[in-house]
Amino acid sequence: MTEATGAQTPEAAVVAPRREGPTAGERFINGILPENPIYRQLLGMCPTLAVTNGMQAAMTMAGGVLFVLVCANILVSLIRNLLKPHLRILVFTLSIATFVTIVDRFLAAYMYEMSKQLGPYVPLIIVNCLIISRCEVCASKQSVSTAIADAVGQSLGFALGLASIAGVREILGSGSFFGIRVLPAVWPDWVIMVLPPGAFITLGLLMGLVNWYSARRKGQRG
Amino acid sequence: MKDNYIVQAWLVILLSLCFGGALAGVQIALSQRIAANKLAETMGQIPRLVPGAERAASREEEVAGQRVYRAFSGGEQIGWVIPCGGQGFADRIELLVGVDVEVEKVTGVYVLEQKETPGLGNKIVEEGWRSQFVGKTAMGGLTVTKTGARTDSEIDAVTGATISSESVCQIANQVLGKMRGDLIAAAGKE
Repeated sequence: MTEATGAQTPEAAVVAPRREGPTAGERFINGILPENPIYRQLLGMCPTLAVTNGMQAAMTMAGGVLFVLVCANILVSLIRNLLKPHLRILVFTLSIATFVTIVDRFLAAYMYEMSKQLGPYVPLIIVNCLIISRCEVCASKQSVSTAIADAVGQSLGFALGLASIAGVREILGSGSFFGIRVLPAVWPDWVIMVLPPGAFITLGLLMGLVNWYSARRKGQRG
Repeated sequence: MKDNYIVQAWLVILLSLCFGGALAGVQIALSQRIAANKLAETMGQIPRLVPGAERAASREEEVAGQRVYRAFSGGEQIGWVIPCGGQGFADRIELLVGVDVEVEKVTGVYVLEQKETPGLGNKIVEEGWRSQFVGKTAMGGLTVTKTGARTDSEIDAVTGATISSESVCQIANQVLGKMRGDLIAAAGKE
């Protein structure tokens, strides 16, 4: 797992103080595939399993996470020199909770139907480890521009992960994609795919596929 | 002085105040819109809950401490819509129950809010299931059956979601039992 060592770069930076961690471009690219939050870091599993029974809900969740992560990363990066080590997690959580509450109220005001559908999973973004881990790993140590690139990259990776699972589940479970029917009416909707077990099955199979593919590619290179 | 915990936490305190202010601002800016969304959903459902009712002519009022909606058609009251709620299988279920003006028959049921099991219990929101409440008794005593509803007090359960189905019936029974007398009295006063 070469990716695992990539994720530990901040620790490596302590050993070699000259290097200030990955650049903005590297952060951005890493978030999408090499350090994909879902398939590589296994973070944010709650929304991954809970709101992926349809593309619309999954993409709303991804949008919410993008907003919260970008805002939290910017804020934490701006105040990174004022943070005290033993109070930093408190500051992270406080910032994240504020931005999540804004998202929650915004959805209730402007996307009422979606807000009803997502229910408790919007407030639960607060405890999405993906966000606090980016504050800790990147934003609290690097400049604002790098933190933004990191936030956008990780959010895109998260959105990609959600979309892959939600796409499979919605097509097989409801015969539709983004609410539009794509499979013929004779397709017997696999209700299990919409139910929680469908989330676990899909995530497990897709994760196996990703691991198999990256192992094979590594084998070819080596 | 540096060991004082308030001095150490100045950033946390300052941020809390800023965030609190920001959230208060968001709440002030959006609360009216959110309340309007809920009211619009309720009002939008009235013509379906009390067939024939005109949305514009219906209005909100309080009867015996409970918020209810009078449904009008051509200047004449033809029914009531009662918001109510109670425990479901997963979480609280919020309903709108429509009844005729004499509170004898149910004219419609709508699920405003629910967090029942996706694929099973959340089928209570589907029109197909809810429509069987139409014409059932509003005297209370609605029951769930798994063998096919025959009488005007029986409701077919959603397959695999008996508890969610029963919850809906119980919530409706409870509010109708409590409000029936008051609504009949209030209807005369109009």
